[in-house]
Amino acid sequence: MSRVRADEEEYWHSSKFRAFTFDDEDDELSQESKRAVNSLRDIVDDDDDDLERVSWSGEPVGSISWSIKETASGSTGSLDGRDSSLQKGSSSYAALPKQASSYSLSSLFKGRSKLSSFQSLSDALTDTGVKNYAPELRRPKAEYKDYSSDWSPKDTVRRMQRGKVCSLERFRSLQDKLVLLDEAVAGHDGNVITAVLIFLKRTLRREILFRELEVRQVALCHLIYFLRETGEQKFLLDLLRFLDRTEEVALSQYREHLNIQDVEKRREFLKGCIGLPFSAEDTSHIQDHYTLLERQIIIEANDRHLEMAGQSELFRKYPRKASILNMPLVTTLFYSCFYHYTEAEGMFSSPTNLKKTFKIPDKQYVLTALAARAKLRAWGDVDALLTTKNWLGYTKKKAPIGFHRVVEILQRNNAPVQVLQEYVRLVEDVETRLNLATKYKCHDVVIETYRDLKDRIQLTAYKCKVERGSAEEEKIHSILSNTQIRWKN
Amino acid sequence: MALAGQRDAPEPPDFGILKRLAQDQLVYLLEQLPGRKDLFIEADLMSPLDRIANVSILKQHDVDKLYKVETRPGPGASDQFCFLVRPRVRTMRFIADIVNADKMSGRSRKYKIIFSPQKFYACEMVLEEEGVFGDVTCDEWSFYLLPLDEDIISMELPEFFRDYFLEGDHRWINPIARALQLLSSLYGPFGRTYGIGRCAKMSYELWRDLEEESESEGQGRKPEIGHVFLMDRDTDYVTALCSQVVYEGLVDDTFRIKCGSVDFGPDVTSSDKSIKVLLNSQDKVFSQIRNEHFSRVFGFLSQKSRNLQAQYDRRRGMDIKQMKDFVSQELKGLKQEHRLLSLHIGACESIMKKKTKQDFQETIKAEHSLLEGFDVRESTSFIEEHIDRQVSPVESLRLMCLLSITENGLIPKDYRSLKTQYLQSYGPEHLLTFHNLKRMGLLTEQSAGETLTAVESKVSKLVTDRAAGKITDAFNSLARKSNFRAISKKLGLIPRLDGEYDLKTPRDMAYVFGGAYVPLSCKIIEQVLERRGWQGLEEVVRLLNGNEFCVSGTGGPGRRGRQPARPTALCVPLQTALRGTARPASPSVLSSPSSWAAAPSRRSRRCASWGRREVGRPGEGGERAGATQLEARRALRSALCPASGAHGPAVPVPPAALPGHRRAHPAGYKFIFLTTAITNSARMMEAAIEAKA
Repeated sequence: MSRVRADEEEYWHSSKFRAFTFDDEDDELSQESKRAVNSLRDIVDDDDDDLERVSWSGEPVGSISWSIKETASGSTGSLDGRDSSLQKGSSSYAALPKQASSYSLSSLFKGRSKLSSFQSLSDALTDTGVKNYAPELRRPKAEYKDYSSDWSPKDTVRRMQRGKVCSLERFRSLQDKLVLLDEAVAGHDGNVITAVLIFLKRTLRREILFRELEVRQVALCHLIYFLRETGEQKFLLDLLRFLDRTEEVALSQYREHLNIQDVEKRREFLKGCIGLPFSAEDTSHIQDHYTLLERQIIIEANDRHLEMAGQSELFRKYPRKASILNMPLVTTLFYSCFYHYTEAEGMFSSPTNLKKTFKIPDKQYVLTALAARAKLRAWGDVDALLTTKNWLGYTKKKAPIGFHRVVEILQRNNAPVQVLQEYVRLVEDVETRLNLATKYKCHDVVIETYRDLKDRIQLTAYKCKVERGSAEEEKIHSILSNTQIRWKN
Repeated sequence: MALAGQRDAPEPPDFGILKRLAQDQLVYLLEQLPGRKDLFIEADLMSPLDRIANVSILKQHDVDKLYKVETRPGPGASDQFCFLVRPRVRTMRFIADIVNADKMSGRSRKYKIIFSPQKFYACEMVLEEEGVFGDVTCDEWSFYLLPLDEDIISMELPEFFRDYFLEGDHRWINPIARALQLLSSLYGPFGRTYGIGRCAKMSYELWRDLEEESESEGQGRKPEIGHVFLMDRDTDYVTALCSQVVYEGLVDDTFRIKCGSVDFGPDVTSSDKSIKVLLNSQDKVFSQIRNEHFSRVFGFLSQKSRNLQAQYDRRRGMDIKQMKDFVSQELKGLKQEHRLLSLHIGACESIMKKKTKQDFQETIKAEHSLLEGFDVRESTSFIEEHIDRQVSPVESLRLMCLLSITENGLIPKDYRSLKTQYLQSYGPEHLLTFHNLKRMGLLTEQSAGETLTAVESKVSKLVTDRAAGKITDAFNSLARKSNFRAISKKLGLIPRLDGEYDLKTPRDMAYVFGGAYVPLSCKIIEQVLERRGWQGLEEVVRLLNGNEFCVSGTGGPGRRGRQPARPTALCVPLQTALRGTARPASPSVLSSPSSWAAAPSRRSRRCASWGRREVGRPGEGGERAGATQLEARRALRSALCPASGAHGPAVPVPPAALPGHRRAHPAGYKFIFLTTAITNSARMMEAAIEAKA
C-alpha cells in the first residue's frame, strides 16, 4: 500500500501539468487584493442602486421573478400599486434598444401557423366553441379546405410537423396506420410520433399495437415515455411485460415508492417489491431497502419516545436534528454510533447489529464510527476502534482507512493536540506525516521525524516555530547536542 | 492587451434582434386576449422571460397579477387567465384543474394557454381528456433562442438532455430545427454544415426539410455566419464530466449560473443579502477572468485592485476643478469596477473554501489518472473512499461515470461493489439512478466479451471496436461504447510535454483542464474545419459511432455555393459544456443544438470561446480575453487559423505554421454557440436521478 502511494506521489511530482493548487501565495494575493478593495470603502459610499442601473440588469426590483414572489406572498394588490418601483425596473433593461424591431413578425414567422388553435387530433371540425377562438378569425378560409383533402401519410406527417391540423381518422386499415407511423418516425419529430401513437393506441387493440411496436424501437420509446408522463402505469406494465422486459417492469413498480409519503405504507409497498423480477443483485438491494426502513421505523419510535421523556442525557445534550426515517444506511449507522454505540448486538439500533445485518465493510464501518465518536469527543472509543489485538495478546494500532484520514476526521472535530499527535505519528508516508504534523502543530512528531531523518538544518529551523523556553525547545536542543547522531547535513 | 491576431476577426452578428423579436411576439400574443388578465408563468420560464421582458412591459399589456404555475389563484383574480408554459402534461393537468374548479363554482372566465416554444399534441390530448378543450384557447410563443452573451445563444431546454438521451424521445428535434431555420433566416444562408451524432443528423434533416419549403427569403443577403457545426453531447461526455478549473466554470459549479446570471449569497457579498449578477462580456472584470485558469485569477484581481487604488489615489493633490472633473467623469466607473472586484474576490474565496474542503486537488489527480489511463486501481479506490465518506452524491456519480467512460465500462466486480456502497451511502432508491445511467451509456458494466477489448485499449495496442459496426438502430446507439482511450490516442487529446504546463501562455486547448486534456468536441471541430470535412478522420468517426455529415450550402439547392463562407462558425452542441477552453472562433460557426445541446457545460463554452477569439474578432477579443480564455482561444486559433483575411474562406493552416503566423495573419474563426442548454457535470448527473412524480 505504501509503495503504491509513493509511486503515485512520485508520479504527481514529476507530472508536467500543474494540478490545481491553492498555495499560500494565492492566499496572500487574495488577502492583499481584499485589503486593497476594502481600503477603498471609505471613499466609495454605499449607494448601490446607482451602480445597479449601470452594470446589471440583475434587476431585483421590477423583475418578473420578483413580482411573482410578491404575488405568492399573498399581496392581493394589483401591479398598479407599485408603479414607481416598476418604472425603475424597466430601466434595467436599457441595454436593449427600445425602438420597434425592423423585422415584422409576420414576415419572420411566415409559414408557421400561429393560427392553429384547433389541432384536436381526432376531429378538429366538430368543436364549435367559436366564441373563445378569437385567433381563429385570422385563419384564412382556404385552410379549412385542408380537412377534407386526402393527404398522403407523408404529407399528413409534414403538415403535422408544421403544427397544422390534420385528421387521422382516415387511416383505418392497419397498413395505413403503420405507414403513417413509419412516416412519422422518418420525419424525426417526436411530437408527431407521439400524436400518431395516441391515435393508434385509441384505435388498435393492445396486443396488435404492442406487436407492431416491438419492431419499431423509436416509436416504442415514445410510447413508453408518453405512458410514463401521463401516468398510465397499468398500460405501461402490460407493454413491458409483453416485451419481456421484466427488469423494467420491476423498476417501474419500485419507482412508485418515491411517491408514497407515509412510512408504514412505504414499508408495506417495499415488502411487495421484494418479489419483483429484479436481477439477483438488485433483489438483495431491494431486500436491504425494506429491512433498513423497517429498522428505522423501530429506532425512530423508540428514540422519539426517549427524547420526549428527557431521561437520556445524550438526547438532552445533543437533540436530534431530523428523523432517521428514509435516511441512507451510512447515515443510519452514524446515527446509531452516535446515540447507541454501546448497545448489545441484539438490539436493532446497535451499530454492530447494523454492521452484521447489512454486511457493512470494515472500512466503511470504521470511517463512520470514527466520525461519530470523534464528534462526541469520545477519544477513548476512537482509540479502541483503531486498536487490534493479535493472538499473542499484543496490541497494535490499525486503520483500514489510512491514518491521514483518521487525523483529518479528528482534526475536523477539534481533537486536542495530544490525541491528534498520537495518530499523526502513525502516518506512514514521511512527507505526509511532516505536513500534517506541521499543520496541526504536533511539535513532538515534527522533531522526532527530523531526528529520524537526521536532518539537522530543518530541525534547527524548526526551533523558531516552538515557544521559547518550552519543553519542545528543550527537546530540540538536546537532540542537536547529541553527539551520537550522524547528521546528514 | 488586444492581440494583433484578432485584427481581422469578424464582428459577431447582433443577436439582440432575437430578444426584440421574442418580445414583440409575446406582446402580440398578450394582445390577443384583450383586457385585464392574470398571467401564470411556468417556473423554468421565469428566468428566460426576465431576459426578454419585464413587469412594466407586461403591465402595459394589461397583465394584472403574476402567478407561478402550480400556485392557485387568489380570490381577487381577474376574469381572464393567461398561462405561459412549457408543453408538459403535468402543467396541462394543473390548468385543467383550475378550469374545472371554475366550472364547478359557476365562475366564467376566459383562458388562454401560450406554449413556448411549441405546442405538443399530447398536451391537447390531455386538455381534451380533462374536458376543457374548447374552454381554453392555445397559442405558441416561438421563443426559441435566447442570446445569453455575444457568442452564446441558448434554447433554455435542459430537459432535452434527459428526454433524448435517456428516454429516446425526439420531441425537441423540431424546435431545434426551427431554431436553426430562424437563425439562418436572420444571419444566413450558411456556407457549410457539418455535424456528428444521431440527433444532430436528424435535426439537420428536419431543418433542411423546413428550409426547402420556405421561400428563400434573404436571397442575396450577406451571410453573417459561415459554417454550422452540429454535435451531440454524447459524442463527448468526458469534457462535461471533468472538473472545471477555469473561473467561469468554477463559478458555475459552485454557485450555478442560471440563464446567464448568478446569485452570490451572503458569504460572497460580505453583507446579509444576496446579489444577482449578470455574468457576460459586459462585466469588465468578469470578462477578463472568465476563461482564466483559477490559479491565475487571484493574481489578476489583486493587480486590478492595486490599479484601482492608484486611480483613486490620484485625487489627492487635485485642485477643485480637477476634483470636479474626477467626480463627474471617472468616479462612477471606478465605483462600479470596485464593486465588481469585491464581488469576484468574494466569489474566489468562497470557491477556494469549498474546494479545499472537498479535497479538490486529490480529485483532480484522480481525474487526470483516469484520463491518461494510469493507476486505474488507485483511482477506483479513491472513488470508493469518496463514496464511503459521503462527500457528495453528485460528485461520486460523476467520478464513477468518468471511470466508466474512460475505461469503456467498469469491471463487473467493481461495478457491483461501487454500486452497493453508493446505495449504502446515498440511499437505496439510487438503484433507479444506476439504471438510468446505464441506459444513457454513462455508467456501464463491461460484459465478459468486452473485457479483452478494454485491456487492449488500455495497453494502447491496436483497438478494434467490433461492436461499432453492428450498431444500427436508435435504441442501441443510446447505450453504445465510448471508445475514449482509442479516440484520445488518435486525436492526441492528452498532451505529452516535458516540464510544467504553462498556463500563462498555453499552447493548446488543454489549458482549460490545467493541461491534462484537450476537449474532444473542440478537437473534432478544429479538425473538421481545418480539413473542411471528415476526410482523414474516418477512424475517429467510426470510433464515435458514425452519423457524421458535411453539406455545402444549407439553404436548399438554390442557395448552394453562392458566397464565400464567412469565417464564422456556429457550433450547435446538443448540449453545451461551457467548460473552459475553446470557444471556436471562426467566422461564425454555428453549432446546432442537438448535439451539444444536451449537456452544455461551462467547459465547452470555453472551448468555444477559445476558438472564437482566434478566428476572429480583434477588438473585442482583446479587451475581454482573460488569460484562460485567451489561452484557449489562442490555442484554438492556432489550430483553426485561416491564412488571411477574416471574411475570406477559412484556409487551413497546419498548426505547426501557426506560432509564426498567428500575429501576422490573424484571421481565424469566430465561434458562436447555440445550445439546447448549458450544462455541467452536476446537471447531467441530476438529470439521471429520479424525482418524485
